[in-house]
Amino acid sequence: MARPVAPRDRRGALTAFFATRPKTRLVLLLGAPMLWLVVMYLGSIAVMLLSAFWSVDGFTGKVVQSYSLANFAELFTNPLYGTVALRTLLIAVGVTVIDAVIALPLALYMAKVASPRVRIILVVAVTTPLWASYLVKAYAWRVLLAPNGPIDWVSGGNSPGYGLPATVITLAYLWLPYMIIPVFAGFDRVSDSLFEASFDLGAGAWRTLRSVALPLVFPAIAAGSIFTFSLTLGDYIAVGIVGGKTQMIANVIYGQLVTANDQPLAAALSLIPLAAIVLYLLAMRRTGALENV
Amino acid sequence: MKRRFLALSAGAVALTTAMLFTGCSTSTPSTSSQGAPPPKVAMLQKLGAGEGQLNLVAWAGYAEDGSNDPTVDWVHPFEQQSGCKVNTTIGDTSDAMVQLMRTGQYDGVSASGDATLRLVYAGDVAPVNTKLVPNYATISPFLKDKSWNSVNKQMYGIPHGWGANLLMYNPSVVTPAPDSWSVVFDKSSAYKGKVTAYDSPIYIADAALYLMTKDPSLGIKDPYSLTQKQLDAAVKVLTEQAGNVGEYWADYTKEVQAFESGTSVVGTTWQVIANLVNSDAKVKVDTVVPKEGATGWSDTWMVSAKAKHPNCMYKWMDYITSAKANAQVAEWFGEAPAQTLACKQTSDPAFCTTFHALDSAYASKIHYWTTPQKQCVDGSGKSDCTTYAQWVDAWQKIKG
Repeated sequence: MARPVAPRDRRGALTAFFATRPKTRLVLLLGAPMLWLVVMYLGSIAVMLLSAFWSVDGFTGKVVQSYSLANFAELFTNPLYGTVALRTLLIAVGVTVIDAVIALPLALYMAKVASPRVRIILVVAVTTPLWASYLVKAYAWRVLLAPNGPIDWVSGGNSPGYGLPATVITLAYLWLPYMIIPVFAGFDRVSDSLFEASFDLGAGAWRTLRSVALPLVFPAIAAGSIFTFSLTLGDYIAVGIVGGKTQMIANVIYGQLVTANDQPLAAALSLIPLAAIVLYLLAMRRTGALENV
Repeated sequence: MKRRFLALSAGAVALTTAMLFTGCSTSTPSTSSQGAPPPKVAMLQKLGAGEGQLNLVAWAGYAEDGSNDPTVDWVHPFEQQSGCKVNTTIGDTSDAMVQLMRTGQYDGVSASGDATLRLVYAGDVAPVNTKLVPNYATISPFLKDKSWNSVNKQMYGIPHGWGANLLMYNPSVVTPAPDSWSVVFDKSSAYKGKVTAYDSPIYIADAALYLMTKDPSLGIKDPYSLTQKQLDAAVKVLTEQAGNVGEYWADYTKEVQAFESGTSVVGTTWQVIANLVNSDAKVKVDTVVPKEGATGWSDTWMVSAKAKHPNCMYKWMDYITSAKANAQVAEWFGEAPAQTLACKQTSDPAFCTTFHALDSAYASKIHYWTTPQKQCVDGSGKSDCTTYAQWVDAWQKIKG
C-alpha cells in the first residue's frame, strides 16, 4: 500500500507548485505556441513586408537594403499586376460561391435528414479526398478535362478544356470539404425544435430554410468561405496543371521570386493577396464567422 | 528499354527543375565584352595523390550515388578506385551554384554557361590543365575552347554534356513536316489552340532566334543580346503566338501528356520528351532542328580556385568524362555526352544517334542558353542590352 502513495505525493507537490505560480503555468502552457506564432509566423511576414522596400542590384543579383517605394509604384503602374490580381480575386469568389452552393444542401441533408449511419458515411465520403495528394487530384482533373477526355465525351464535345473555367472547377473541387464541414457543423448546431416551431407556425420547407436555417448557418458559410477564398488566392499549382495559359497572382509572385530572383518585388506582390485576405477577414468578422471557424 | 526511359524521365525532372529555376544555361559571351582578363589563378601542374575527400556542387542527376535509384550509381565506383569520398551539394540554380562556389568550401562544380564566366572572371575557378585529364583528348572537338568554357584558348573546365531545344510535332496533324520555327510563330494560327511553348522567360530567345532570319533589319546578332527595340519585336511575335497557344509547359510530364492527349500538336521540346512520347506509343511525334537553328544548354565541370582537394577533383573530372561514366550520366540525365567514346558504352546502342552526340554540324546550330545582361553577352562590348529581369517582366506580360 505504501507504493502508490509516493508518486501521488510528488504529483501533489507539482500541483501545489503550479497552483501558486500562475505566471509560470501560463508561460509553460503558451510559450512554445506563442514563440511559433510570433517569431516564425508573424516574424517572417514582417521580414517580407520590410524586404518589399528593398531592391535588387541588376548586375550582381544581390538584394540591396536601401529603402524605396519603387516596388509599390511598380504594383500600381504595371497594368499586368492589376489584371492578374483582379482575375485571381474573381476566381476566388467564383470558387467560394460554387462551394457554398454545393455545400449548403449537402450539409443540410447530412445534419438534419440523414440517419446517423448515412451521416457517418457521408462525413467519411466528404473528408476522404483530403487523404489524397493535391497533385493527384489536380492531375485527375487534367485527365478529365482533356480535349478527348471523359467530360468531353459525356458532354458531347462541350468540355471547357484547359483555361479559366477549368481552374475554377478544379479549385472548387479541391476546397469543397473545407466548406462542407463548417456548414455541416453549423446546421448541426441549429436545434430541431426551431424547425418544428417554424413548421407549426405554418411556414413551408422553403420558407423555413430561407428565414430560419440560412440566417443561423450564415456564419458557418462565411467561416467555410474563409478557407476556400484564402486557399484559392494563394494557389499556383492547380492553375499550372489545368489553367492552360491562365496566370494567377501567385504565379506572378513565383516568377519574380524564383525565375527573376527579384525577392523584393515578389514581397511587394505578396502584399496583394495578404491585403485581400485581411480585408476579407475583417468583413467576415462582422458576420460572426470567426467565432465559428 | 522501359528502364532507360524511367531513368531519362527522372533525369528530365532534374533538368526541368534546373532549367525552370534559372533559365539554366549557357552563355556565348565572348571575352572581349568583359574587358579585363580574368584574375590569375594557379593551374595544377602535376597530379598528386588523392586527398581522400571531394566536395562537389552539381546539378541534380550529375553525381548519382544510388540513393535515388540503387542501380544508378557512378559515385561509389569512383570512391573505390580513387579513394576520394564524394560529398555532393545539389545546386538548384546557376545563381545558387555561383553563391556556393564563392564560399570556397567546394572543390568543383558542374556549371552551366550562364555561371561559367561569372566564376572565371571573379577568380572563383582555376584554369584546368587538360594534360592531367587523359579523357579530355577524346571529348567532342566542337565542345573545346568555346567562349563559355575557355579564355584565350585556356580551358577552364571539362565539357560534360549538352542538348538542344527542338521543334516537336505530331506528323499526323502537322503537314507538311515543318522545317522552320514559323510553324509555332507567325504561322501558328493553322494549329490554333494546339501550339505549345516553353514556359520560361528564356523562351524569348527562341523568338529572337527566329527573328534573326525572319527580320534581319532588326539586327539581332545573338538571341540573348537584345536591345529594348529587339526585345519588343520578340515580345510582339510571342504575344501573337500566345493567342494560338493552348497551354505552356514547364514540367516535362505535362508536355508528354499534352502531346499524347492531343492537347498539343506542335511546339518546342527536348529530345528526352520526344523519346518518352514515342516509347509510350500512344501518338507518334517527330523532332527537327529547324533551319533557323535552335537554343540549348551545355555544361562544364570546373575546379575551384580554393579547392582543398584539387587532386581528387582532377580524378573526378577524368572519371566523369570517362566513356562508361559519361554514358551513364548522359542516359540518366537525357543529354548528349561530351565524351565521344561514351557512345560505345550506352545501354541503348542508338543513344548517341538519337541525341546527335557526335554531330558537330548539329551542335553548331545551337545557341546555348545564357542569362541576358545589360552588358551584352554577344561580345560586341555594348551595354544597351535588356536584362533577365526585363525578360521576366516581358514574359509575364506576354502570358497576361
